[in-house]
Amino acid sequence: MAEREERRFAEVSRESVKLMAESAGVELGDDVAARLAEDVCYRLREAAQSSSQFMRHAKRRKLTVEDFNRALRWSNVEAVCGYGAQDTLPFRSVKEGELFFVEDRDINLVELALATNIPKGCAETMVRVNVSYLDGKGNLEPQGTVPTAVQSLSDDLLKYYQQITRAILGDDPHLMKVALLDLQSNSKIAALLPYFVYVISGVKSVSHDLEQLNRLLHMVKSLVQNPYLYLGSYVRSLVSSVMYCILEPLAASINPLNDHWTLRDYAALLLSHIFWTHGDLVSGLYHQILLSLQKVLSDPVRPLCSHYGAVVGLHALGWKAVERVLFPHLPAYWANLQAVLDDYSVSNAQVKADGHKVYGAILVAVERLLKMKTLSLSQPAEGAPKGHSGSVAGAVGYRVSSPGLSPPPEPLSEAALGIASHLQVGGAGCPWEEWTPVSLPDMYSELYSFFGDSLAVRFSTGPGFGSYSPCTHPQLSEARKEAPGPASNPDTTRKMPQLTANLNISPRQDGSPRTDPPPPCLAVTGSGRSLARSSSSSSTSSVQRSRSSSSRSGQRSAGLSRDVFPKARFTSPQTGPAVFSFLIGGRQMGRRCQGRRPFQTTFAPSAPLAAIPPRAYAHKLPVIGRVGKPVRRWTCSHYSLHLPL
Amino acid sequence: MAAVQGGLVDAEEEKAIKTEPSSDGGGNNNANDGRLPSTSPGASAAASKNAAASPEDQQTLLAVLQFLRKNNLSESVDILRREAGLPEDSLDAKGADASGGGSGGAAGTAGVDGVDASSILSRVTAPSSAGTPAPTKTPAENQPDVNVVLSAYSQQGDPALYETYYSGLKRFIETVLDCHRAELSQVFYPLFVHMYLELVYNNHENEAKAFFQKFSGDQECYYEDDLRVLSGLTKKEHMRGNETLLDFRTSKFVLRISRDSYQLLKRHLQERQNNQIWNIIQEHLYIDIFDGMPRSKGQIDAMSGSLAGEAKREANKAKVYYGLLKEPEIELPLDDEDEEAENEEGKPKKKKPKKDSMGSKSKKQDPNAPSQNRIPLPELKDSDKLDKIMYMKEATKKIRLGPENLPSICFYSFLNAYQGLTAVDFTDDSSLIAGGFADSTVRVWSVTPKKLRKVKSAADLNVIDKESDDVLERIMDEKTASESKILYGHSGPVYGISFSPDRNYLLSSSEDGTIRLWSLLTFTCLVGYKGHNYPVWDTQFSPHGYYFVSGGHDRVARLWATDHYQPLRIFSGHLADVTCTRFHPNSNYVATGSSDRTTRVWDVLTGNCVRIFTGHKGPIHALAFSPNGKFLASGATDGRVLLWDIGHGLMVGELKGHTDTIYSLRFSRDGEILASGSMDNTVRLWDALKAFDDLETDDFTAATGHIHLQDNSQELLLGTYLTKSTPVIHLHFTRRNLLLAAGAYNP
Repeated sequence: MAEREERRFAEVSRESVKLMAESAGVELGDDVAARLAEDVCYRLREAAQSSSQFMRHAKRRKLTVEDFNRALRWSNVEAVCGYGAQDTLPFRSVKEGELFFVEDRDINLVELALATNIPKGCAETMVRVNVSYLDGKGNLEPQGTVPTAVQSLSDDLLKYYQQITRAILGDDPHLMKVALLDLQSNSKIAALLPYFVYVISGVKSVSHDLEQLNRLLHMVKSLVQNPYLYLGSYVRSLVSSVMYCILEPLAASINPLNDHWTLRDYAALLLSHIFWTHGDLVSGLYHQILLSLQKVLSDPVRPLCSHYGAVVGLHALGWKAVERVLFPHLPAYWANLQAVLDDYSVSNAQVKADGHKVYGAILVAVERLLKMKTLSLSQPAEGAPKGHSGSVAGAVGYRVSSPGLSPPPEPLSEAALGIASHLQVGGAGCPWEEWTPVSLPDMYSELYSFFGDSLAVRFSTGPGFGSYSPCTHPQLSEARKEAPGPASNPDTTRKMPQLTANLNISPRQDGSPRTDPPPPCLAVTGSGRSLARSSSSSSTSSVQRSRSSSSRSGQRSAGLSRDVFPKARFTSPQTGPAVFSFLIGGRQMGRRCQGRRPFQTTFAPSAPLAAIPPRAYAHKLPVIGRVGKPVRRWTCSHYSLHLPL
Repeated sequence: MAAVQGGLVDAEEEKAIKTEPSSDGGGNNNANDGRLPSTSPGASAAASKNAAASPEDQQTLLAVLQFLRKNNLSESVDILRREAGLPEDSLDAKGADASGGGSGGAAGTAGVDGVDASSILSRVTAPSSAGTPAPTKTPAENQPDVNVVLSAYSQQGDPALYETYYSGLKRFIETVLDCHRAELSQVFYPLFVHMYLELVYNNHENEAKAFFQKFSGDQECYYEDDLRVLSGLTKKEHMRGNETLLDFRTSKFVLRISRDSYQLLKRHLQERQNNQIWNIIQEHLYIDIFDGMPRSKGQIDAMSGSLAGEAKREANKAKVYYGLLKEPEIELPLDDEDEEAENEEGKPKKKKPKKDSMGSKSKKQDPNAPSQNRIPLPELKDSDKLDKIMYMKEATKKIRLGPENLPSICFYSFLNAYQGLTAVDFTDDSSLIAGGFADSTVRVWSVTPKKLRKVKSAADLNVIDKESDDVLERIMDEKTASESKILYGHSGPVYGISFSPDRNYLLSSSEDGTIRLWSLLTFTCLVGYKGHNYPVWDTQFSPHGYYFVSGGHDRVARLWATDHYQPLRIFSGHLADVTCTRFHPNSNYVATGSSDRTTRVWDVLTGNCVRIFTGHKGPIHALAFSPNGKFLASGATDGRVLLWDIGHGLMVGELKGHTDTIYSLRFSRDGEILASGSMDNTVRLWDALKAFDDLETDDFTAATGHIHLQDNSQELLLGTYLTKSTPVIHLHFTRRNLLLAAGAYNP
């Protein structure tokens, strides 16, 4: 042990031993002290060595005082107390004499015991899961923002992405159809979602090209319908793209020949679809949409086509949206519209035509509103306060055939969708907070004062189609030709045929016949989800089913012409395949119960996340073991590990 | 019952020891020559040798009895005597006889006798302490043994000459032909240690220090840990109670040397009259001589590193039934309420052939499988069958992994685990995760939406309609639903944790020396299994439930059944702590890893050690059986994963790459991928199929156990995946082959 480097162990000098002995009141000889020192060194080494195994088994790299104490305890030595603190203990030396010691502060136990500032316990231990690596390739951030580097994708995915976008935005309608179909059913494109969303957000740059806009909207639809995709916070981005198509005065609409109306209708339809199927992913979305629609509507500077979009959008969001936003706004808005409609100058022809579109849209919306309100309020005997004989039949038809949806619709919708609660809770602080429900008769009379007979007729007898059409475009005129059925009322005065087309945009919540999908669609989309429904609580699902079936029968009883129209519209080449299926029950329940099982589902919006930007939100992973608030059943399902791999 | 088994184990051990001399005789006559005079002091010893095993056995028994009597374990004495069929007085008579013989013999022989007795006694201590309720293993009990053990060093040589001897041998070995040099170099380390210890024992402290300083640098780097312990040891008094030292003394260091090399060494030593070294070799080393080519340095290095040298070849000769048990046939319910069934009409029809194929596969009896009832296994309950059906269903959705198709990895991070996460386990169906913590708690989380619920109280249970179909649902108390539960009961860090296959129980082993069985229905402790008396490092349920194995600081692994409060088997033989334990998929074998750097495989039926695998250079902390039961993977603090063929008892692969302790190993469900998780914050995936494919199994290799391992770790490494400063302490493949990893985030 002569060399320095050989002194690998800390050694206790005999002087130290002597000092210690002195402090214990024992006098030691040099010889004894030397031997003792050596022995102490050895024992210390031994204890250090055996304490290392406690460290190893605790899976740590750092040897703690606790480890050392355990080793001491197991070798029947008293443990050393007072060194367990995390922070380092200052080691002091006394100037006279070579004495080093750890400073021990006096602690007033009474004070400590009576102290009121008891530290709060540290955060609870919890387990958090995240997907580290997908398919063993690269660090995966499935919910990252807009693509920064496309090359980080695997070659196959990249190729797929290129092919799909090329096909959809290209010229070949057949290719596009195939691409959309695949987009709708492909289960492996989760990683591409941000890229597609990015592409879709390009709507703003192609506002002059209706065709492209249309294609992009179709892309949205396919993504929304893909059951394997978890849209998460991308819903927001998608919605804003769709809203753009609904509300903005598109460059394409400068040319009156461009049928941007259809685009808006379609977008509105899509909006309602997204909202009803994915609205739960982003809290506050409903209100944001309503607010922006309201803003557009109340802005007189905006062109009429924007107003039209707002009306159609509101209509798409359901009769309650109409009741709360459109209806209170109507008196103010009416004046403007009236002015436009009453201007017969030639220069105004185009604007007036637009005005008629808006008028029609409003008419359809308020009609639905009245009808739904009647259904929600009226019960058999007293009937609706409208007094027209024809309406009774219609109302009865609804009542009888669709018992599940009309009497109290609110609890129903709440249970099924959690939407009503959105409306009420979020309503606080919103502009329509002071809104008070208007009684049906009042509402009717007010509306009647605006629309006159045209309202009454349509309200009571169902759809009727006038022949008066200020601006016709091919599709609608075509539809109109098929339209006039037995139910149409020829004596309506201010009828606008375009309106009938808008009937398609029907909110799902109110259970109108329009929400019913064409049968083939039900087969496609419903099949996958019916299972899910079966596993859900039976009561809700039975309601769902009864509702869907009853509403279908309600459709039949409601009148022929209504059937005809959607068909005419859906089959029109412009709008593509009829795929707006009835998804309330299936989709929603499906997602709640089984969860969207791929990885992305780990991102559950359990916390109030509205304030967090999407990017940050993407990193908010669900946390097991710590429940801040009662988590709804379906949020939990998101971290199910039964991944379909 | 337990005592009897302890005795059985013991007897087996003794047999194993006794095979040594006979095999020696076959292997090298010279060694036998050296041994003969020492082992035949009187006529009685010679007689016993001629009279084959039975009297020898009896002597062993007597020794045991004497020991027991000395410790006032009269009950155990009675039991043992009854079992062995010894007459009451035989003990006294023969005991006196034996002691008389011992005292009559020469001083040197007394030493040898002492060694034998002490080794017997030291083996007895563990079983007796567990088997009988009374005694506990205390240092005091060890003391007499230690004395006899150490007395073997009493022979005196001139301390000044030790260096000369050693350097003389060193010079000789350096000059021999290259092919022999590597083999003979193996002698250095054990010689060095024993010479050093002799010096220390004889109070030549300064010579010992000088000796150590001069030659410790020559030793292989993988003995560094032991050398560190040795270097601290400079006093005779310290030798007492030093475990490393005792290990060295109680077991012979095993070397494998080819006959040619051995002859060379022997000739050299005899020419030089180097008795000092020759004596050490005779007494403290076991040289396993084989015919054939001397091994290369690489081959030797691959196998050495353990505390007591390599495994003897005989140790790995026993037959191991590594095949899987036949799966019980379970009728798949015909009215399959499968979710997809109602949509695709083709599905139900497809199911049938699939089921048949599954059935036929399992019908074939694997020739390597143990018979179905080799060890009694619990019968399947209805719920188990349901689970099996679920498993099969899941299995059909399993992803086929391979080098091109790597698993996705989900990482479960434990956050705010300030108290220290020490163990993790997943249930087989990945529905629950449990963590053992250094603050003595066990926490269970549900990783599915299904919350954890307790069973209702007895009073409430009485009201329940027991005939109803959903009675299992009704007994649960909805009010107690939560996502995690904490189990309190241990009084020390929880080092091992294991779910029962049926997910109704949880085992936890702790530093407090107990293993606790928890109910996951009531979330209470059901049993505390006491027996280890020292920290229990690991525990695991058998894949068939009911049995479990534990291993701890007391150097033994124990087999338990949940309904016995005492162990059914005690697996003793490791020279240091048993750090990890694992059940073979067929539940007939148990593998244990130890800080003596060996992995052993034990037969559950007989309690025998059937395999000893050496090659690791550090304590083993992770073990994994391949799903087909053929292979074993072990990971250690040296950062290497070694792969073993259980049937042949061979090392078949070495996976280098990790830079820190490997705490977790797991094969994918089909065995294509081996995942390893380490303290170095990585998960690595290895191509297990390829590793086992490349295996050359010609007869020579199998017979000698000399493998040529090519260094192909880099080819086999399929991927390295970094965590965010989280050591990976557990890995689990879901039934669909998704890889789950767990660890505590260390900011």
